[in-house]
Amino acid sequence: MKEIILLKEGELALKGLNRSSFEDKLVKNIKYRFRDLGKFTFVKSQSTIVIEPESEDVDFAQAVERLKKVFGIVAFSTAAIAEKNIESIKATADEYLRDQILAAKTFKVEAKRSDKKFCMTSPEISREVGAYILKKYPHISVDVHEPDLKITVEIRERAYVRGNQIKGIGGMPVGSAGKAAVLMSGGIDSPVAAYMMAKRGLQLTAIHFAAPPYTSKKAELKVRELVKKVSAYAGRIYFAIVPFTEIQEHIKDECPEELFTLIMRRLMMEIATRIAEKDECHALITGESLGQVASQTLLALGVTDEATPLPVFRPCIGMDKQEIIAVARKIDTFETSILPYEDCCTVFTPKHPRTRPTLEQVRQAQALVDWEPMIEKAVAETRFEPIS
Amino acid sequence: MTAYLDNSATTKVCDEAIEKMCSCMKECWGNPSSSHFVGIEAYRELESAREAVASALSCQPKEIFFTSGGTESNNLAIKGAADKLKRRGNKIITTAIEHPSVASVCEKLRSGGFNVVALKPGRDARISLDELEKEIDEDTVLVSVMAVNNEVGSIQPFDKIKSIIKRKNSPALLHVDAVQAFGKLTLRPKSDGIDLMTVSSHKIHGPKGAGALFVADTVKINPVTLGGEQEKKLRPGTEAMPAIVGFGEAVRQLGNINGQLKKMSSLRNDFLLKLKGMQGVSINSPDDALPYIVNISVDGLRSEPVLNLLSDMGVCVSSGSACSKGRKSHVLEALGLPPERVDSAIRISMSRYTTEEELELFIKGIETAQKVIRRR
Repeated sequence: MKEIILLKEGELALKGLNRSSFEDKLVKNIKYRFRDLGKFTFVKSQSTIVIEPESEDVDFAQAVERLKKVFGIVAFSTAAIAEKNIESIKATADEYLRDQILAAKTFKVEAKRSDKKFCMTSPEISREVGAYILKKYPHISVDVHEPDLKITVEIRERAYVRGNQIKGIGGMPVGSAGKAAVLMSGGIDSPVAAYMMAKRGLQLTAIHFAAPPYTSKKAELKVRELVKKVSAYAGRIYFAIVPFTEIQEHIKDECPEELFTLIMRRLMMEIATRIAEKDECHALITGESLGQVASQTLLALGVTDEATPLPVFRPCIGMDKQEIIAVARKIDTFETSILPYEDCCTVFTPKHPRTRPTLEQVRQAQALVDWEPMIEKAVAETRFEPIS
Repeated sequence: MTAYLDNSATTKVCDEAIEKMCSCMKECWGNPSSSHFVGIEAYRELESAREAVASALSCQPKEIFFTSGGTESNNLAIKGAADKLKRRGNKIITTAIEHPSVASVCEKLRSGGFNVVALKPGRDARISLDELEKEIDEDTVLVSVMAVNNEVGSIQPFDKIKSIIKRKNSPALLHVDAVQAFGKLTLRPKSDGIDLMTVSSHKIHGPKGAGALFVADTVKINPVTLGGEQEKKLRPGTEAMPAIVGFGEAVRQLGNINGQLKKMSSLRNDFLLKLKGMQGVSINSPDDALPYIVNISVDGLRSEPVLNLLSDMGVCVSSGSACSKGRKSHVLEALGLPPERVDSAIRISMSRYTTEEELELFIKGIETAQKVIRRR
């Protein structure tokens, strides 16, 4: 029995005129996600993408699991190929769906016949297969309105038998909306923000600021691990590690304490902007949530935004911590995020940070130091690594 | 040059143990419980390792039970004793500076209804025998005290406890977690009246994954895991042969413990002298601590950046214990040290292979840290 995956066009989150380019992007993303699972063919026919293993040794179960994490798919199905005669269709339905039949109390059969040369009509196929199942499995009954199990038989160039649809994760194909750079500290929020924007079709570059010896190699490995976890959804991510110690120490030595964090955030934005521009990213993403900490008050966010000409996306801005944690758990970044390593944002935290800063104050304080050579050096010494 | 000064976390496996393990995996891979010749060969290796550990503890081989390491031995000793004696009494006495594998088991027993008393140490990081004597009564079923504290190196009066238990007419068993003392102090559990003693392989240049519990032949405790007949049913499961024979070999290589202790004392005294001559360095270990462990605080510098900087310079030390990354040391807090000093604590732990040059490199590292690391 050969098993395949069916992606129905109605189940893809595709829009109007962009449909075909979205579809191409999606197929490309799926191919990338399947790259180590064996050979698959992708064929588009009659508003369906058929993904078919080329040989028996592909990891089909893993492919299904990965597909659940590919943005742009609302739902998909796995199906078994039957011979184009009613006996084979019945036997295939029985064999392929046995576990699902045994787990269900009610079912219905729906047949779709696009090959009109097939000798039975759709209602005839449904009746015949339904009767066969009913007779063989006395525990199950028919419910045409809300069945536990819907068995679909499709007669196309071949005959397919499939059970219930599998829910996809929705969203838009990664890359279909362009590219953006996410600032990753190692906390709970930034991986969630990265995930949410990837879901809207953005391809990601992740920027991490490292300040050894104040931050450890382990902290860097932790962020790398987080990027890897996000890449299970977002595909390949470029991971940029910016050496930030020199700038941190100058902030500590030469800036007013209550503005440490704000000046640091602004300098991070400036560096991120330069990396983004080099990498053709057209927006920045942060995990900030309004009012969560002193640097995330309305006025503080305004002061931070002024440091970059790029739009700054903050998908967590209106979320409570508990809501952010719920997403972090769903995408499996929470446990990693709470590992207790110091990150660059907490190295020199002021005792009484300014929560209502004015842009003028911060600009003046920042102007006490010539940051340009340090920023240039940090950008030049940034290490890049593709992660997937 | 590098300096590995984190020997209380783990030690480098000695060459002899590595060779022994390799030949065990290649040539002696049988199951010691099997009755054929392949099994019998493995059985003989297992018993030979047991003899080595027994000889190091001056006890009989039948009093040595192999486990997966210190944590398991501590769990087995405490849970096994509490379960066996729960009808005789309800009180367990321990200290406030035990390793988590003792402290959290006692905590669990407390929530299960035992009356657990954790004795607070004095500034010298030792518990007082007078206080212990006051607490021990006829309801006490277990006293669990570590031999050497893993964070500051203080030596507990574990060899004088049994006579108090007897004097007070208590049925209590005495358990000693000797993980940090084994191979560094001469241990004679039998003659000290100790009923249960925990030792571990990877702290004495053996492999990870092996340890032992000494159970005096006059004592019975209940198993924690159930299964086959191995280790007289006290610790069932097919023996981890490579790790156990490596452990046995590491024990054979321990050498002259008192001679090494003397050498280490003079190394440590020179080291302390240099540390005391430095600005802003305070010593958290008591003067009479085991010389292998020195705990210090560097004024105004938090441990984490110092550790990172030292690591970049090739110097490996730890803050507190390796088992509690990122958490405040409950040991230093129990000693009543102020929070800033706890935050900036660094543990230097040595082994018989430690050299003066390594300690010299550490001191250079601290001097560098004091110059470059910004204070908070």
